[in-house]
Amino acid sequence: MNESVISANNLSLTFETNDGPVHALQDINLDIEKGEFVSFIGPSGCGKTTLLRVIADLETPTKGVVKVNDMSASQARMERAYGYVFQAAGLYPWRTIGGNIKLPLEIMGYDKLEQKERVTQVLELVELSGFDKKFPWQLSGGMQQRASIARALAFDADILLMDEPFGALDEIVRDHLNEQLLKLWATTKKTIGFVTHSIPEAVFLSSKIVVMSPRPGRISKIINSNLPSDRTLEIRDSKEFLDIASQVRDELRKGSSDE
Amino acid sequence: MNKIRDFWNLVGPVFTILLIITAIWYASAVWLNSAWAYDKAKRANVSISFSEMVSDTMIQEKPLLPSPHQVIKEIYKTTVLKKVTSKRSLIWHGWITLSATLLGFAFGTALGIILAVGIVFSKSMDMSVMPWVITSQTIPILAIAPMIIVVLNAVGVSGLLPKAIISMYLSFFPVVVGMVKGLRSPDQMQLDQMRTWSAPKTTSFWKLRLPSSMPYLFASLKIGVAASLVGAIVGELPTGAVAGLGARLLAGSYYGQTIQIWSALICAAILAASLVAVIGVIERITLRKMGIQI
Amino acid sequence: MTWVFSALLTWIVLWLINIQLAKIEANRFINLLVPALFGFSILILWEGFVRGFNISPILLPPPSAIAVRFSGSLSILWIDFVQTFIKGALSGYMIGCIAAFITAVAVDKSNFLKRGLLPVGNFVAALPIIGMAPILVMWFGFDWHSKAAVVVVMVFFPMLVNTVAGLNAKDNIQHDLMKTYGASYWQNLLKLSLPAAMPFIFNGLKICTTLALIGAIVSEFFGSPTRGMGFRISTEVGRLSLDMVWAEITVAALAGSAFYGLMALIEKGVTFWHPSQRK
Repeated sequence: MNESVISANNLSLTFETNDGPVHALQDINLDIEKGEFVSFIGPSGCGKTTLLRVIADLETPTKGVVKVNDMSASQARMERAYGYVFQAAGLYPWRTIGGNIKLPLEIMGYDKLEQKERVTQVLELVELSGFDKKFPWQLSGGMQQRASIARALAFDADILLMDEPFGALDEIVRDHLNEQLLKLWATTKKTIGFVTHSIPEAVFLSSKIVVMSPRPGRISKIINSNLPSDRTLEIRDSKEFLDIASQVRDELRKGSSDE
Repeated sequence: MNKIRDFWNLVGPVFTILLIITAIWYASAVWLNSAWAYDKAKRANVSISFSEMVSDTMIQEKPLLPSPHQVIKEIYKTTVLKKVTSKRSLIWHGWITLSATLLGFAFGTALGIILAVGIVFSKSMDMSVMPWVITSQTIPILAIAPMIIVVLNAVGVSGLLPKAIISMYLSFFPVVVGMVKGLRSPDQMQLDQMRTWSAPKTTSFWKLRLPSSMPYLFASLKIGVAASLVGAIVGELPTGAVAGLGARLLAGSYYGQTIQIWSALICAAILAASLVAVIGVIERITLRKMGIQI
Repeated sequence: MTWVFSALLTWIVLWLINIQLAKIEANRFINLLVPALFGFSILILWEGFVRGFNISPILLPPPSAIAVRFSGSLSILWIDFVQTFIKGALSGYMIGCIAAFITAVAVDKSNFLKRGLLPVGNFVAALPIIGMAPILVMWFGFDWHSKAAVVVVMVFFPMLVNTVAGLNAKDNIQHDLMKTYGASYWQNLLKLSLPAAMPFIFNGLKICTTLALIGAIVSEFFGSPTRGMGFRISTEVGRLSLDMVWAEITVAALAGSAFYGLMALIEKGVTFWHPSQRK
């Protein structure tokens, strides 16, 4: 039995806005075990990004408890338990790519030699070797996102939280990055929480798919994927893949017809 | 209950800071004026207690730092209690400075807009004039205010006009820079759309560029009006000017009348704040009528 | 009259040349040549009009006379320059900008100060600060200290407003990233807020170079020892030797442009990453 690395219990978050309260999350109950790749999928306003941010201690819940590595979310954040990848790369333009990857390492107090090693290692993982002296604006959007993923992998955190990291990229680049991400998962064995809009992406990448629906934001269904862990892009045409995809699609349709 | 809390959140910090500033003012007045108070007492061969010293610092005639209530009293004396036409009335002086400011501001704005339109529509003007416009601001024009006044006086132009010219020089620059930025602010998509409608350049100007430049224009007008006021005040300094807030400042400094200096200064500050506020109101009305959200 | 006509003719010719130059593909040389020709043509116009219309040199000296007076008075000009620019403007500039910077960092840390001090600061920045000059002369004496004090007051508020705007300029993702690293307040300040604020800080520094020079010169109108650019200007105006006044103005213009240019150069180096520098 794997330990639960991330758990949410009766989690709720209500935003007070000028137009009245918005129930971004309501009664979320979730358990993510070590080494899982969990996707969160749902229409706009279903709370998937908010949930990820609560886990990351970037938002505070109004009710309920969230635990990461058996600690509160704030403690986990101060212990640097996870790496976070945003929708946009968010690289600092005044630092080189290498400098950007060094940023968390500097803050967390790694020594200079170790910093250098990790930068080289992690650039190789995302296939950006040799770009460490370039500046962010000299790279394409896809490369910037890869750099931002590299940055999240540079320090020792068992958890990786990713918020629609490939949303702004074109399909070909996206496919390529999906493949790379799976390989990374296999190599590093991290626990990954991944928010996406795309059904094929969710089914391709995950071991578990959490389907959410909006108003109020809640989990409609958790679908376990039995696809083999060493998959390639071809699996997207297989029967098992299409089965799971249609389960997800049906659940999403049900959620949107509830409105 | 919420409304009171919201009001306090908005006003509270500013109010507290103002209160703190007033307290510091009073404390500094005591501190700075104490030397003179003790001096006076020594010469009269009397020793004074601390509280006597404090009360003395509050009522000195030529204090190093007038206390707030002294300044307020002086302002009251020279505005409300004096006839508006009297040469001692701050309102009269204020009007002299204000008229030069407004005239110069009007000239400066007109000049600024004309230059901006020229710069945006003529490439040769853009390349030749714009660098000089920028350079002109690194030249401290206020420094030659005396010369401009004297020269114009010598050719018979005196009184209001020379000061207005200085104000004009100071206010045209923010207007040029702001208008150029504003006239160039419509993005390529909007300009292309005008082209697809075969709109002539003048239509594009009146219906697209000019409306887009309004927010920039008003931001520059606020800077420009404050600069105009400074120009008018400095324009009153040379040739031993006798009228206007700048003249009051100068006269006060010649005769050591510190309370007079401070009251003229506060008056100028109130004038500046009111002018900027008036432009702010005009801005809000104009932009709201145009549908632009502030 | 020939003076006037030839001046006008030269001006028109140079203007036409400029129009042609503007049509050529822009490069660094052309970008400098066009305004230089324009400035030169204005000088020609000036010289021509003064000579042609026999304008009295007391009113408006021709550029040639100014040049002569300039080269003849170098030692006086230098003494004035040191007094006003180096002692008054420069020291006031440095003190004012550093004070504004420290205050801005403090304001950024405290929400209360942000909501209380900023509106007051914005208000004061619009006031005719130059009016403080007589008061400061009274407090600090005639010498350059009072001029530096005026510069400090003139420079403080625009610098404060710009720095505070800059410290708020980082975008949300960059800010959240720092939170996920569990960064301390100082790490956040040094590694994110400050670099992101640099474009705004330099905007303020550039604006303040002109304010410093103006403040130093104008405050000398209110009292000064017998040297200094403001002093020289007001006394020479009184003596109607306007060529000396124009010579001083030339020094002021050169100093002002050089100071501004220096800041712009440093800005290019520090904010190389900003889109406006990359064009």
